[in-house]
Amino acid sequence: MFSYTFQWKQAFARLPVMLEGAVVTIEIALLSMLIGIALAVLLTGFRLSGNRVLSGIAATWVEIARNTPALFQIYMAHFGLGSFGLHLSPYTSLLLGITFNNAGYLAENFRGALKAIPDTQTRAARSLGMTPVRAFGHVVLPQMLRIAFLPMTNQMVWAILMTSLGITVGMNTDLYGVTQDLNALTFRTFELFALAAVIFYLITKTVQIGARLVAARLFRY
Amino acid sequence: MFETALTSSDLLFLAQGAGMTLIVTAIAVILGTILGVVFGIFRFQVGPWWAAPVTFVLDIFRSIPLLIQLVLVNAFLGMVLRISLSGFTVACMVLTLYTSAYCAEIVRGAVEAVPNTTRRAARSLGLTWRQDMSYIVLPLATRVALPSWIGLALGVMKDSALVYIVQVTELLKSTQILITRLQEPLFLLLICGAFYFIISFPIARFGGYLEKRWSND
Repeated sequence: MFSYTFQWKQAFARLPVMLEGAVVTIEIALLSMLIGIALAVLLTGFRLSGNRVLSGIAATWVEIARNTPALFQIYMAHFGLGSFGLHLSPYTSLLLGITFNNAGYLAENFRGALKAIPDTQTRAARSLGMTPVRAFGHVVLPQMLRIAFLPMTNQMVWAILMTSLGITVGMNTDLYGVTQDLNALTFRTFELFALAAVIFYLITKTVQIGARLVAARLFRY
Repeated sequence: MFETALTSSDLLFLAQGAGMTLIVTAIAVILGTILGVVFGIFRFQVGPWWAAPVTFVLDIFRSIPLLIQLVLVNAFLGMVLRISLSGFTVACMVLTLYTSAYCAEIVRGAVEAVPNTTRRAARSLGLTWRQDMSYIVLPLATRVALPSWIGLALGVMKDSALVYIVQVTELLKSTQILITRLQEPLFLLLICGAFYFIISFPIARFGGYLEKRWSND
């Protein structure tokens, strides 16, 4: 039945190169998450601000990020901005696209988390003399991040998986791009991509288990 | 400013791409939901230990990029087993399994959300397992599952943009082909994005409305 001989050795010989790609993948995912969380907090602030223009910007961002494919957003960052004369490197456009997506989804998560925090807390903080920004930063934000921790973990996994889309804008240093290049060299499509899949699986599992440990440590009380 | 080389036949080409996106999504969501319900109920019914193999396999679909899943299945069928299937078939197969992995999770959560006492009450009134499932669990679990399921269906529609890798010309791919020819990336991408948005946004809103409405009682 099998006329195909698996050449796992050839794939394993390329493992160091692929692991280097995995590092780039993790780097992009982490960066996009960190910037994405910061932007999402900002967007959440915009929504709460009561200013029509600001909350309009936030709502548009969130709806576009959530209602179009991530691949489209990366295309937009690469080719769309390109037509304004802003030519980004594949790395930057991939990072930009994923960050845009992350920020949109996370802002929605944060909004849900905010609903779970009683309004009275903000009022109590305000009557203790805190400024609105301090009340948000010291009272609401920590609780919000705690409630949104699990969705944030899921978003991190999504960010890792999304890095594979970089190939469409010519990215060839992340795990998927490296695998694709090696595939062009060796034609061991199945073996190489199976190895890449295992690496991806291990990364996402590490993130999930790590997040569970961190949550157990952070949220003891 | 608004001059474009876009012709009506190009628009038709885009519409065909959009049709392909919708067809692939419909097949994947319908078949994936059926499979997902089966897997979800199975996982709930036999308990975490016996369901571990199923859980593990389904978890793989959620832990590796869809692009890699498509490439792997395509390479496995084509190069290893030497079965020549169309890219469309491969895309539908992979997306179906991908959908079922997420759907199983939703279904399991929804069935678990039905209080045990309610089900025991049903059984002590003499309902069989099947009657309990169809008259008690189904209506209650649907309320929990439907909003997430709508989200999943929309997610699959957006993720179906990746099936270009197995030579299926869906909306985003056809947009890209036109971009290469017409060199008007922004305009074409906006049309493409608008299409996804117009389909996704109202349905997502409806899902949010259902979630809000059903979570109160």
